[in-house]
Amino acid sequence: MNHTTYLRYELVRTFRNRRFLFFSLGFPLLMFLLIAGANESRRLDGIPFPLYYMTGMVSWGAMIAIISSGTRISAERQIGWARQLRITPLSTRTYFRSKVVGGYVMALLTIAVLYVAGSMLSVHLAAKQWALMTLLLLVGLVPFAVLGIMLGHLLKPDSLGPAVGGVTSLFALLGGAWGPLSTSTAFVDIVKCIPSYWLVQSGKVALGGPGWPPLQAWVVLAAWTAALAWLAVVAFRRDTARLT
Amino acid sequence: MASTMHGPPGILVTGLHKSYGPVEAVRGVDLRIDPGETVALLGPNGAGKSTTIDIVLGLAQPDAGQVSVFGTTPAGAVSAGRTGGMLQTGSLIEGLSVRELVTMVASLYPHPLDVEQVLETTGAESFADQRTTKLSGGQVQRVRFALALVGNPDLLVLDEPTAALDVEGRHDFWRSMRDIARNGKTVVFATHYLEEADAYADRIVLMARGRVVADGPATQIKARAGGRTVRATLPHADLGALRALPGVTSADLRGEAVVLACSDSDSALWALHSAFPNAHDIEVRGAGLEDAFLELVAGDQSEVAAP
Repeated sequence: MNHTTYLRYELVRTFRNRRFLFFSLGFPLLMFLLIAGANESRRLDGIPFPLYYMTGMVSWGAMIAIISSGTRISAERQIGWARQLRITPLSTRTYFRSKVVGGYVMALLTIAVLYVAGSMLSVHLAAKQWALMTLLLLVGLVPFAVLGIMLGHLLKPDSLGPAVGGVTSLFALLGGAWGPLSTSTAFVDIVKCIPSYWLVQSGKVALGGPGWPPLQAWVVLAAWTAALAWLAVVAFRRDTARLT
Repeated sequence: MASTMHGPPGILVTGLHKSYGPVEAVRGVDLRIDPGETVALLGPNGAGKSTTIDIVLGLAQPDAGQVSVFGTTPAGAVSAGRTGGMLQTGSLIEGLSVRELVTMVASLYPHPLDVEQVLETTGAESFADQRTTKLSGGQVQRVRFALALVGNPDLLVLDEPTAALDVEGRHDFWRSMRDIARNGKTVVFATHYLEEADAYADRIVLMARGRVVADGPATQIKARAGGRTVRATLPHADLGALRALPGVTSADLRGEAVVLACSDSDSALWALHSAFPNAHDIEVRGAGLEDAFLELVAGDQSEVAAP
């Protein structure tokens, strides 16, 4: 009854999935190297462009990594593996925990790879800044971990791929991962209610920004997490009833 | 083993009902299986075997009736690692070798068997290092069998375990199954092959249209199924009296007709003729195993046709 073995093989499976490695790890890395590489000496708002762009790509890549746990859930249900697991002593809670942990490991890997790429393009930060940025990123990913589980129970694998692509792109775009959309106060007030805004802002801490305002970020993330968790439970129950 | 004989039954099912939309899959099943028994659920497609198995495994909830597995709920027995199952459908997850997958599933149980031993028993040893996506249908079936065994469960539930296997695969499967049953496990398997049920089960539970239509030792079912059938038109027949006739093992009504399953059709015929002189249109049919099986399965046809 040793769940580390189960988790270890879950991770092994994820690392052996080349498609997943390409999209979650390779894609943001490639964009970073191409775009930041071409603008290495430019500055944006007085900030070196590679640093600015790294924080955006880190939040986008980590978001893809963590939502992708839903793709694996959906695939396992489709092929009947979820039923096979239900006749083992593995609890539903442990099943989800292993998926979330797996998503976080992939997210951390994405973050680490982009940090290394950033360092190669002359991004220099103090250890404390790296650590704080990483910590805030991990917190900011919580609603997206829940979103992944929800999508995994809502959609079939063939529609989930495009859905994950669309959802992550939309969140990345609105949250400012690819650069700020608009600086009008009304617009910023609206996007401040979206979790990806704060995910991107966690990266902006490294830019010397003030970090998260103590209250609004936590409220937005908690509210989205709670709402998505409720939807995930509804989707899980509906999906499980249909499976039997 | 003596202590388990006095413990709760392996499986106890009473008054089980389950519908899927308008389809009544199970319509009042009662079943008791004691620890150590090997029982075949025999019946054609749509008999309710898979639904009954799903309920015993905790994968489906009954609409009515009680189910217990080793004195606890099906889900409780599953989380305690006492139940192992081989489902009829489902593929294996990708990204792992056969050995890795079996090891992964073994790690979920409190007292798993040795993985190498299980791979050997199920004949999966020769392809244990191959990825799960590169297997033939028969190989996948062996892996699924290994997954059911590796947790060392007390109860093994197998839903048509040999469906995807060729003749040789079937032979190998049942050879390993025999060793496992000998170790005191409770085994329940669904099949629609009468020979399989006869050869490998201590007891056969015959199901048709959501009901148990016969339940007994394989030899008894065979005697009942293997004899001849006497059919006669006999209005207002007294089934009790018919069943008491010499050579008759069971009697059923089909409208105006009676159908007598006979172990000795000659005695039954003479006894019928003297006890019920108004019996007419008498027919005697020799039933092969399959014919007799179909006859038993068709048992409550009249009742189904009624609405």
